[in-house]
Amino acid sequence: MLTTFVASPARVTRVSSGRVGAVINRNVGALRSGPSYWIVLLSGFFEPLLYLLSIGVGVGALVGALTVDGRSMSYAAFVAPAMLAVSAMTGVLAETTFNFFHKFKYAKTFEAVLATPVRPIEIALGELVWAVTRGSFYTAIFLVVMAVMGLTTPGLALAAFPATVLVGLAFGAVGMAVSTLMRGWQDFDLLNIGQFALFLFSGTFSPVRDYPLVMEILIQVTPLYHAVELVRALCLGAIGLGSLVHVAYLAVMIAGGLWFASRRLTRMLCV
Amino acid sequence: MADQPLIFARDLVKRFGDFTAVNGIDLEVAPGEAFGFLGPNGAGKSSTMRMIGCVSVPTSGQLRILGMDPAREGTAIRARLGVCPQLDNLDPDLTVRENLTTYARYFGLSRAESGRRADELLEFVRLSDRAKGKVEPLSGGMKRRLTIARALVNEPDLVLLDEPTTGLDPQARHLLWERLFRLKQRGTTLVLTTHYMDEAEQLCDRLVVMDGGKIIASGSPRSLIETYSTAEVLELRFPDGLDLNGDYAAKLEGVGERIDPLPDRVLVYADDGDAALAEVHRRGLTPSSVLVRRSTLEDVFLQLTGRTLVD
Ligand SMILES: Nc1ncnc2c1ncn2[C@@H]1O[C@H](COP(=O)(O)OP(=O)(O)OP(=O)(O)O)[C@@H](O)[C@H]1O
Ligand SMILES: [Mg+2]
Repeated sequence: MLTTFVASPARVTRVSSGRVGAVINRNVGALRSGPSYWIVLLSGFFEPLLYLLSIGVGVGALVGALTVDGRSMSYAAFVAPAMLAVSAMTGVLAETTFNFFHKFKYAKTFEAVLATPVRPIEIALGELVWAVTRGSFYTAIFLVVMAVMGLTTPGLALAAFPATVLVGLAFGAVGMAVSTLMRGWQDFDLLNIGQFALFLFSGTFSPVRDYPLVMEILIQVTPLYHAVELVRALCLGAIGLGSLVHVAYLAVMIAGGLWFASRRLTRMLCV
Repeated sequence: MADQPLIFARDLVKRFGDFTAVNGIDLEVAPGEAFGFLGPNGAGKSSTMRMIGCVSVPTSGQLRILGMDPAREGTAIRARLGVCPQLDNLDPDLTVRENLTTYARYFGLSRAESGRRADELLEFVRLSDRAKGKVEPLSGGMKRRLTIARALVNEPDLVLLDEPTTGLDPQARHLLWERLFRLKQRGTTLVLTTHYMDEAEQLCDRLVVMDGGKIIASGSPRSLIETYSTAEVLELRFPDGLDLNGDYAAKLEGVGERIDPLPDRVLVYADDGDAALAEVHRRGLTPSSVLVRRSTLEDVFLQLTGRTLVD
């Protein structure tokens, strides 16, 4: 065999969709040959749904109607979009934290991948797209449930779906970045606490205006608040220019998370 | 351009913090060559292999692989490399066959082509009957074979094998040697590290011996033996040798060209082993066992590093 030398091409740094696809393909293969995977898949969906039923509908019966920003709505209609945003977050996080960390630290999956033409940013993108694809199954089903329960209209549900994808991308990217900093499984307890705090205090169960001013400002700095506000505005058909702030916040999370995660992959694995 | 080296390194250095793992090495590997790294544990072989594989960035020095610059064209270079790392990193979540098909996709091969190559390679390393099973239950040797098959999935021009046969039984090693020899005949350039001198002698056209991050000798297996050892070696074991080999070495002073007391035996390097043995007997020494043999790479290794190949 003759070895031919290609004259040095220009810097080969463009992201290849084919290679990102190959990273996704690996996860599809793993999903197909691992039964335990389906358990994680289901639990990520049921948690927010159970909250919606118990608190939205159950507590909602006690609370009665609610007036937020001059609009009157049932408590369940107020809580449901928040649970949808939470579902978009947790579904994706399960993948980019636990599963990503396992591949990163223990299975040495990415070490093997980096010996091929695939680059760290392509791994990060592939993992993220895969996680969001998986998470989007939850949110799609959740939206159907909401429409069936009359908590939103089919049209608004369609409009809210892309927003849940955005939320998934944002939390997925940041979760992946955080996972690259984890030292071991015990660090995930911290992550869980953080996730739970966000879940309780992001305008999920009560309007943030009802909190003292300091807390209100504090909440407005955290990410799930923006996700909940954006998704709720879409589900209730109350979208406004202010929603762009939420979109921008989530976009920064995506860019920052991906950048940091791929940098850490390089730093940790390409030594 | 055809005789441009596939690997070209000048004054290549790799540091981890303050520690220098590779300390200024020069390399040139020509297309079609089988090139080997020998060296004791920690010599810097794997560190060098990872730089050649474009996954580790050199601290300083020049490096060109396939005529390209790893810093700028790492993706294009890796597309034409096949890498078998020292430690298997097969994907435990996938089946044996999927390990190959998934990997092929990273190189941009189509689904159909990936499947075709996977089946072919499974045949090549005799793992076809395990295709549908998971990786975990495979034996160490089978995993190693699968890792090597994976390294070939993109039909690479340059194959990097870091201790390809460590931990294999003799049968599996011979199978692998035969497979690697076939690759070499097809013109694939092989670069490997090994702790087995028979492997180095069998497979490598040219070798370097590394120690402490430096190349301390290089050449063909034959020329290394001629340069660094005598034609023959006389191995003596003494009944009370375990503690006294040092004393025996002193008594053997002047027999052959060099005496090397090891923990379990004393080596006498001489061009004529039988003549040296006659001298041993003349001095009234009575070893419990005696062996006259030809010099091997192991002797070169001992001479150069003061250690055996397998620490
Ligand atoms: N990532 C790393 N961080 C710090 N030190 C490292 C790292 N990788 C290798 N080293 C050190 O560099 C030295 C050379 O290691 P290397 O793995 O290249 O040796 P080797 O010749 O392959 O040895 P072996 O025969 O045991 O595989 C060792 O002392 C090792 O501890
Ligand atoms: Mg090594």
